[in-house]
Amino acid sequence: MHKLWASTYKELLLLSRDIGGLAILFVMPLVLVVTITLIQDSTFRSINDNKIPILWVDFDKGEVSKNIYDGLAESKSFNIIDKESDSEAKELVFKGKYQLAIVIPVNLSSELEKKVNLNVEGLLSKFGLEEETPQTEKAGLEKKEVILYFDPATQMAFKNSIKNGIDKMIFKIETQTIYKAFQSQITDDETEAIFDTESFITFKEITPSIGENEIIPNSVQHNVPAWTLFAIFFIIVPLSINMVKEKSQGTFVRLRTNPVSYLTVLGGKTVIYLAVCLIQFGLMLGIGVYLFPILGLPSLEVSGKIPLLFLVAIFAGLAAIGLGLLLGTVARTQEQSAPFGATFVVILAALGGVWVPVFIMPNFMQTLSNLSPMNWGLNAFYDVFLRDVGLIDLVPELTLLFLFFVITTSISIVYNERKNAV
Amino acid sequence: MILISHLSKKYKNNAEYSVVDLDLKIDEGEIFGLLGPNGAGKTTLISMLSSLIKPTSGSFSINGLTFQKNANQLKQLIGIVPQEYALYPTLTAYENLYYLGSMYGLKGKQLKEKINYHLEVLGLGKFSNKKLDTFSGGMKRRVNLIASILHDPKVLFLDEPTVGVDVQSKNVIIENLKKLNTQGTTIIYTSHHLNEAEQFCTKVAIIDHGRIIIEGAPKNLISQYPESHNLEDVFLTLTGKALRDHA
Repeated sequence: MHKLWASTYKELLLLSRDIGGLAILFVMPLVLVVTITLIQDSTFRSINDNKIPILWVDFDKGEVSKNIYDGLAESKSFNIIDKESDSEAKELVFKGKYQLAIVIPVNLSSELEKKVNLNVEGLLSKFGLEEETPQTEKAGLEKKEVILYFDPATQMAFKNSIKNGIDKMIFKIETQTIYKAFQSQITDDETEAIFDTESFITFKEITPSIGENEIIPNSVQHNVPAWTLFAIFFIIVPLSINMVKEKSQGTFVRLRTNPVSYLTVLGGKTVIYLAVCLIQFGLMLGIGVYLFPILGLPSLEVSGKIPLLFLVAIFAGLAAIGLGLLLGTVARTQEQSAPFGATFVVILAALGGVWVPVFIMPNFMQTLSNLSPMNWGLNAFYDVFLRDVGLIDLVPELTLLFLFFVITTSISIVYNERKNAV
Repeated sequence: MILISHLSKKYKNNAEYSVVDLDLKIDEGEIFGLLGPNGAGKTTLISMLSSLIKPTSGSFSINGLTFQKNANQLKQLIGIVPQEYALYPTLTAYENLYYLGSMYGLKGKQLKEKINYHLEVLGLGKFSNKKLDTFSGGMKRRVNLIASILHDPKVLFLDEPTVGVDVQSKNVIIENLKKLNTQGTTIIYTSHHLNEAEQFCTKVAIIDHGRIIIEGAPKNLISQYPESHNLEDVFLTLTGKALRDHA
């Protein structure tokens, strides 16, 4: 026990003497969380302060284009800039000056109205209420295309959301035009409300709640756990560097001649780096609760969750440390450990769902995701932050994280013993 | 007593053996010098005896113990002063020694007293709270030595303990090693300083190409070669004047 204490104390001294390293260890994760949360906050807000400028070319100048224009304006997400020329809009978007241009074709409103009227008249004639529409009139109608130009660098998610939005608006306009056509055939009084054109089916989202308080997900509740976990796992970089440094200094070689087990040496490192993880985590929670509201972000909601959050942080920290110990044991140089460690954490984060939610990944990647300790950690954090679960529900994820620590540490010890067997 | 029997070592990527079928007996209380040109196999032999590398074949025992059967007991019995400093540059001399002493199971007052005693004896008392990266080469060598003797080893292996140090530091180190020897510690050391070895060692072995060429008390070896005036002459006679550069 005394050897473990001495090892822990030594690690504490080594860490405390590296002020620059210590600052990076604590400050950079905080900067990361603040930056990412500020960036991602807009995607969670229903009212967006930062409008995306888009180009609008209207060759229709009719009711349909007006409705689409109004729909875009009402969304409050766009700053609509009018352009007269299709080619100019196309060039500006393809050069990356704008994300999107929408070109409304000529006579869209009148042609749509004509088409709907023809359909309605055709339908009514089947019931004997109208004269039959001549086929030549129907044949004269051409299909209309609303043209969208996207900057090639635009992300697919943004493209899809725009396409869906415009599709929905056009569908609504078409429906309303049909109702209107029927109304004009049935009555001459335009003020008479025969059809209720409002949507009959609407959506209502039910969110989890604690007592009477609903848990409404926001950018902070999503980002703090994800990026805190990312920062916790980044501990593998300084930890593995610490171990490689000991090898190059010769101190690891000296320790091999001492009557001390590798487990004790690793134990000292585990205790100190776990403490670093927990301090880091505490600071992250602190900025979530106190700094974010000052920056105009929602405050991190942690009331009643702190013990469980720290419990998850302990197990996530252990998993990260296990990986760091393994990397430090296997790597021979800092040139091996640092880039590998950093890249591997990014891969684990990607697999774990830190950037892209796991449910939208391809099946194969979803299977791989189940093997990422970051996925287990993230689920555990989301369980506490957003799903308000109890300790029992966390047991599977905590067990996986702990097993990961035990397995990686055991591999480190076995590898070290085999490599240095006498 | 150290008994070495048919000990050999061949590194993975080397065509030749670094130590070849070596037999050697070192008695208790001896100051035994392993001398030889670069690449002769001195460090490989010491590394095997201190459990740092695995022999390819052969065996050895120290005071009847082997690493295969009594690893921790044997590690407690021996001390190793490596050629590299093998210390933490950002820790003070005292902190380094406290940690490394603790790894031998020393603790509390006993450990503190031992650290302070050795620091004083080796002239480092007033620098005990200075970080090691501010120390000169000679000072680091002395801390390196203290780290290996805090637990009063019965056998002390030293791999070129005086290389690159000033005369004063060298003198302090040698005097302390002699003192340790009088207290019952067997000393096995490698060196390129043949004059130092001649003065310091009770027995030497000249090793070349992994084999012991000659072994005995320095004076006896010199007397075996009438044209030699000192150990260096004997050494050059036996190992030749050709350079032994390795890359």
